[in-house]
Amino acid sequence: MIMHIFANPKRFLGLATWLTPLLLVVGLVLTAGALTYGLFFAPADRLMGDTVRILYIHVPSAWLGMGGWTTIAIASLVELVWRHPLATIAARAAALPGAVFTAICLITGSIWGRPTWGTWWVWDGRLTSMLILLFLYFGYIALAGAVNREGASSRIPAIFGIVGAINIPIINRSVVWWNSLHQPPSITMGKSAIDPAFLWPLLIAMLGFSCIFGGVILARMRAILADIQTEARLRRKALSA
Amino acid sequence: MREALDQWHFVVAAYVVGIIGTLAMVGWSWLSMRRAEKRREKVRRK
Repeated sequence: MIMHIFANPKRFLGLATWLTPLLLVVGLVLTAGALTYGLFFAPADRLMGDTVRILYIHVPSAWLGMGGWTTIAIASLVELVWRHPLATIAARAAALPGAVFTAICLITGSIWGRPTWGTWWVWDGRLTSMLILLFLYFGYIALAGAVNREGASSRIPAIFGIVGAINIPIINRSVVWWNSLHQPPSITMGKSAIDPAFLWPLLIAMLGFSCIFGGVILARMRAILADIQTEARLRRKALSA
Repeated sequence: MREALDQWHFVVAAYVVGIIGTLAMVGWSWLSMRRAEKRREKVRRK
């Protein structure tokens, strides 16, 4: 399997060294282009007016907030089943960008809700499940940090990562299952209810933010790997001294 | 006219939050990666 090829950290670093800056630069350029278009050139919506421009930040951050936890869950599963050495590092690395994008999604959604719904916040299914996702990220980051400090089993955050994934389909289906001020899904598999004038810049923004997300995960993985290698070397030196 | 001005305040606020949050995350991740790799090289050379 392809994932076993990257079980060797040296091979992973060989790829990540050039892929990290490439993803970050491509992501920043695409995102800057999409946001500039969304802010100054995209048309205003017939009902929402200019507030529709928040779409180009809010939707990609919601997508990546959920994508971050999906990454944690898949990496945790790989860690538990195949004991892949980089899976633990990948799960830890995805937590920060996932939490940041979830927070951006909640804040920009709240800013969008005030002029559109007349309120900053409602305790409906979509908003509440997204807030729970943010708390799950905080819990995961705290748990992973505690495991590192105390030297406990890395299986504990991995199990937490898999169990927490139950929230992802709940977020996704919340606007279908419960009455909500939030609109139902506009983009589903192969279909879109969004006019192409809004859809194309949105897709480019999603691609750009996704590249940034991938670049940040690789940068975090490289940092965690470097810290582990430094600690191991210092320990070996201390033992041989 | 006043309504349009109000809408732009919300749009700008959302963009500021999104852009500053993303750039801060990218900058911090990049710098912490560089710092960790420099420390590893330093320990390797010792």
